[in-house]
Parts: sequence; C-alpha cells; structure tokens
Amino acid sequence: MTYVFDFSWLGEYMPVLLKGIGITLQLIAVGAVLGISLGIACAWARALGPKWLGGIVAVYVELIRNTPFLIQLFFIFFGLPSLGLQLGELTAANIAMVVNLGAYSCEIVRAGIQATPRGQFEAGASLAMSPFETFWHVVLVPALQRIWPALSSQVVIVMLGSAVVSQIAAEDLTFAANFIQSRNFRAFETYIVSTLIYLALAILLRQLLRGVGWTLFPKRATR
Amino acid sequence: MMEFSTWDILRNLLLAARWTVLLSLVSFIGGGLVGLLILFMRIGKLKAGRIFARGYIELFQGTPLLMQLFLAFFGLGLFGINVPAWLAAGLALILWTASFLAEIWRGCVEAVAKGQWEASSSLGMGYVQQMRWVILPQALKVAVPPTVGFSVQVVKGTALTSIIGFVELSKAGTMVTNATFLPFTVYGFVALIYFALCWPLSKSSQILERKLNVAHRNH
Repeated sequence: MTYVFDFSWLGEYMPVLLKGIGITLQLIAVGAVLGISLGIACAWARALGPKWLGGIVAVYVELIRNTPFLIQLFFIFFGLPSLGLQLGELTAANIAMVVNLGAYSCEIVRAGIQATPRGQFEAGASLAMSPFETFWHVVLVPALQRIWPALSSQVVIVMLGSAVVSQIAAEDLTFAANFIQSRNFRAFETYIVSTLIYLALAILLRQLLRGVGWTLFPKRATR
Repeated sequence: MMEFSTWDILRNLLLAARWTVLLSLVSFIGGGLVGLLILFMRIGKLKAGRIFARGYIELFQGTPLLMQLFLAFFGLGLFGINVPAWLAAGLALILWTASFLAEIWRGCVEAVAKGQWEASSSLGMGYVQQMRWVILPQALKVAVPPTVGFSVQVVKGTALTSIIGFVELSKAGTMVTNATFLPFTVYGFVALIYFALCWPLSKSSQILERKLNVAHRNH
C-alpha cells in the first residue's frame, strides 16, 4: 500500500466541521428533550392511561421500533408533503428523531414504572391523590432514576443514528464530511476525522447525561 | 409516461427485500463468529486481548454505523481495489454486529453465578473445560432472547447500506420513488416490509424472554 495520508485540509475546512458539529448537537438536544418527554407521556398512557390510548401508543411504539430510522426520515421528509405537509430538512430531521426516541424511551420508562412497588401507588391513593397526581409526584422520579442509564444509552444511540439525516440534506456533521470529501478528494481521511469527532461526542454526551442524572436525582435512598 | 400499478411497486420492493434478508443473514452469522472471538478476548486471561476487545467494542459502538460504512467503502479502496458496495456493506455490518453481540454475550457469561466457576474448578476442571461444560451452556440460555432481539437492529442496520449504493429494500424504495413520484405510498410499503421482517423477531424475543424467565424462577 503506497498511500500517503494527507490531513493538511483540516485547517481550511475546520469552520465547516464546526458548523456540522453544531447542527448535530442542536438536533440531539432538541431530540433528547422532546423525545424523552414524549416517551414519558406514552409510558404513562401505556402503563396507567385509558385502554384505547394505550392501544394506539402500542401500535406507534411497535411501528417505530421495527422500522429503520432512515425510512422514518424519508417517510416524513418525502412522503408527508404529498399530504400537504411541507417540512424543511432540519424540521423533518428533528421530528424524526423525536418520534424515534419517543418510541424507545416509552418502553424504557414503562419498564421503570412497572418496577415501582404497588405500595407506592397505594400510599399515594391513601393521601387522597388522584391517580395522575400519584404518577406525577410519587412514581415518576424514582422510575426515571431507575432507568436513567438505559435512557442515556438510547440517547447516545439516537445521536449516532442522526448521521443519516445528511441524506435529506440536513447540514449535520456527516453532511459536512460529505461536503469536504467532495472538495478535497480525501475521502478516507475526512471520514476518519468525522468518525473520531462522533466518538468524542458520544463519550462527552455519555458523561453529560451521567452528570444530568446526578443533578436530577441527588443522592436519595436507591431502593 | 409509463404508469405503475401498486402491484408493480410492491413487486419491485419485494424483489429487493431478498437482498435485505441475505445481507442481514450474512451480517448476523459473520458478526456472530467475529463477536464470539471478541467475547473470548474480552473475558479471557490475556490482558492485551481484554484491552483490544474493550477498545474494539467502544470504537464500534461509539461511532455511527454510517461512518463505518463510509470508512469500509473508501478504506478498502486504498488497497487499490475497486470495492463493490456489497463487500463494504458486508464487512462494516459484520464488524458492527460483532461489537454488539460480544457485549451482549459478555453480560450473559457474567450472569452465570460465581459459585459455578468455583464448583467446576473444585472438580479439577481447566478453563476450557469449565467454559465448555459448565459456563457456556448456562450462558447460552440467557443469551437467546437478547440475541434474537438484536437481530432486529441488524435488519434495520442494513437500510444504511443503501447510502453507499448497495441495492436493497431502502435503495429500491428511493429508486421506485424516483420513477413513480409516489413517495408516500412507496416509503409506506418499504416501512411495512421492514416491519414484516422485524416484528416477528421482536415478538419471539419477548416470548423467549418470558419463557426462559419462568424456567429461571423455578430453580
């Protein structure tokens, strides 16, 4: 192999990479906050909500978990305009990530709710709380604490999965890499650099989520 | 302009779905074999092997599958060969699958109670004998549901190979869309075909989990 590696383009294209990183971070920030919120709402519907709503949510969760993210993205970006719903590429990417993470986090949060001892629900009821108040004030936070590690890994998986939003021309890190390699003809080096950036982002995001876990759930008796 | 019936669309998608199935099988079997190798390094006695396996798993689980596909595609090209898309797709998917299966199976081996190691060791068994007769048979039972569950991720992962130009279900979806201008119908069908492939796997994983759990409780 007589290939000479060349990274001299790095300085020139740094702003492009940084912009891509910014978009990727923005996508995952919006995706994580809204996606987990959607997941919590869906988990409530499935575990404690009315039966008809739980049924609809179950169909949504199964549909999303058993189809590729790429196809969900294409369906939202290319398919929905024929119903008259025209979306920009960033909006479509955001919606796809929220919908995707919502389904996965629904199952994760539901596992946490179901692991809650029955006595907690009974204790809430005996304090004259409505079922929803019991869920909100008594059940939810310990349930989230229980499943926080699983939820964190799912967020990281979604962040890595967001690389495909470049396919609908959302200008994330992968889009930046594709753009750069079409200019410098150094495809391998460009993708090595972007892969390492993704690795660093994944490690940082994992640490950040661990920190968020500590602030959200300060040392309480883990039972 | 040519007219396409719904059946034309569906037929072309189903024909392409064969490649999705084939690529999934190759990735899963190949990934299983490589994963087994990584697993034995990860839980083995050699320190260098453990470090390598950890690095491997961290690298492949911490980077996007899409980037791994690009690197396989352009990396193999550095050797001066013209890389067909199926080769890069197969290679990247096998390596990616291996990293996840190795980690899943490690959890299963570690779930075997410590007393089992001690008991078999007190019977004078060596490491290989312990593995073969005591640990792996028990770990295997725990490993089946999550392994079947992960196969769903492999099927979904094959969708990304469309981006480097491998013609499978997703790529066929894009091509049929470009010919028919019916993205809603076409991607709807594509999603349903993926669902038909993945849902039975998800469901059987859940059922297996419940069954094996019952057996576990009776001990």
